[in-house]
Amino acid sequence: MMLYVRLFYEFFKAGLFAIGGGMATLPFLYDISDKTGWYSYAQLADMVAISESTPGPLGVNMATYVGFTTGGVPGSVIATMGLITPSIIIILIVAGFLNAFKDSKYVQSAFYGLRPASTALIAAAGFSVVLLVLFGDTSEGVHLENLSFPCIILMLAVWFFTAKCKKTKNLHPVVFIVASAVIGILFRFAGA
Amino acid sequence: MNKLADLFFTFARIGGLTFGGGYAMLPMLQREVVEKRGWATENELMDYYAIGQCTPGIIAVNTATFIGQQTAGIAGGIVATLGVAFPSLIIITLIAAFIQNFSDLAIVQNAFAGIRICVCVLIFNTVIKLWKKAVVDKATLVLFILILIGSVLTSVTPVIFVIFAGIVGVILKNKEVQHS
Repeated sequence: MMLYVRLFYEFFKAGLFAIGGGMATLPFLYDISDKTGWYSYAQLADMVAISESTPGPLGVNMATYVGFTTGGVPGSVIATMGLITPSIIIILIVAGFLNAFKDSKYVQSAFYGLRPASTALIAAAGFSVVLLVLFGDTSEGVHLENLSFPCIILMLAVWFFTAKCKKTKNLHPVVFIVASAVIGILFRFAGA
Repeated sequence: MNKLADLFFTFARIGGLTFGGGYAMLPMLQREVVEKRGWATENELMDYYAIGQCTPGIIAVNTATFIGQQTAGIAGGIVATLGVAFPSLIIITLIAAFIQNFSDLAIVQNAFAGIRICVCVLIFNTVIKLWKKAVVDKATLVLFILILIGSVLTSVTPVIFVIFAGIVGVILKNKEVQHS
């Protein structure tokens, strides 16, 4: 029972303080992992991949997935409810004075600071994933000799096709996720 | 009653057919909400969408709540939001259960080792996209760097950074107004 209360509370916080698209919940998911140990960074990266490759809003998908991993089917429902509850409350309040809110200089100036903050938090979360994939387990520090060159090559290749190559960069992310999975299998990226 | 059911199923369809949420949802919203149902005009939709982006919470959920509320009051807001989340609950739970059972297989482990690399790049691309709208001058650049370093080096909860940045934003902008 305590687990479900905690799950709801953590996702309520994420829903309240994540600003922007679904990826903005990512820093909160890392924070939950740090504090509770419910899942590892590696598991979280996998959940992001699945959430990107399936229909539905990214933030909701990630909440459902983390909830399921932590507390089974009830966990997935409770985490998702936690995430959407603050939105429902806030939007229903804001809807009452829509125009005053939209034109408020306080709201606009707060977002002037919130946007770079949200971007920096996502970048920091991304940095932990980069460390994880390039160096493996970093719990005992980063060791240069663990640096994986095949991973760097795949990383640069995916970056080229998703950001630089005009023909491929507008393809859906699921294309790159599946391609990376195939390469991971062919070249035994996990060494398994 | 019918209107609520209609809201639920329309938003369930939008949720179930959108990949990636928030930003990817707009074309679907235009078709379903503006063209097919007439629940909002094009301009109203853009307003709701803008509000969805500048209120706490994820954009897809905020926008759904907003349109639901405008169409059928508070119950409408709740029903539309449950609708947009519903397909995720079903699909993700099925996939998660499936993967949990096969996570020990070598092929699954190798596949995810490859996928994680792709995820790094996808997150990086998201950061670049957001950066263009967020880091617009020296002050926002400094804020970005401070929070990035703070978040990587400490285990302070993101909540603190978000509150701090909101306050800094208000102070900086209001100073600007006084000077001009």
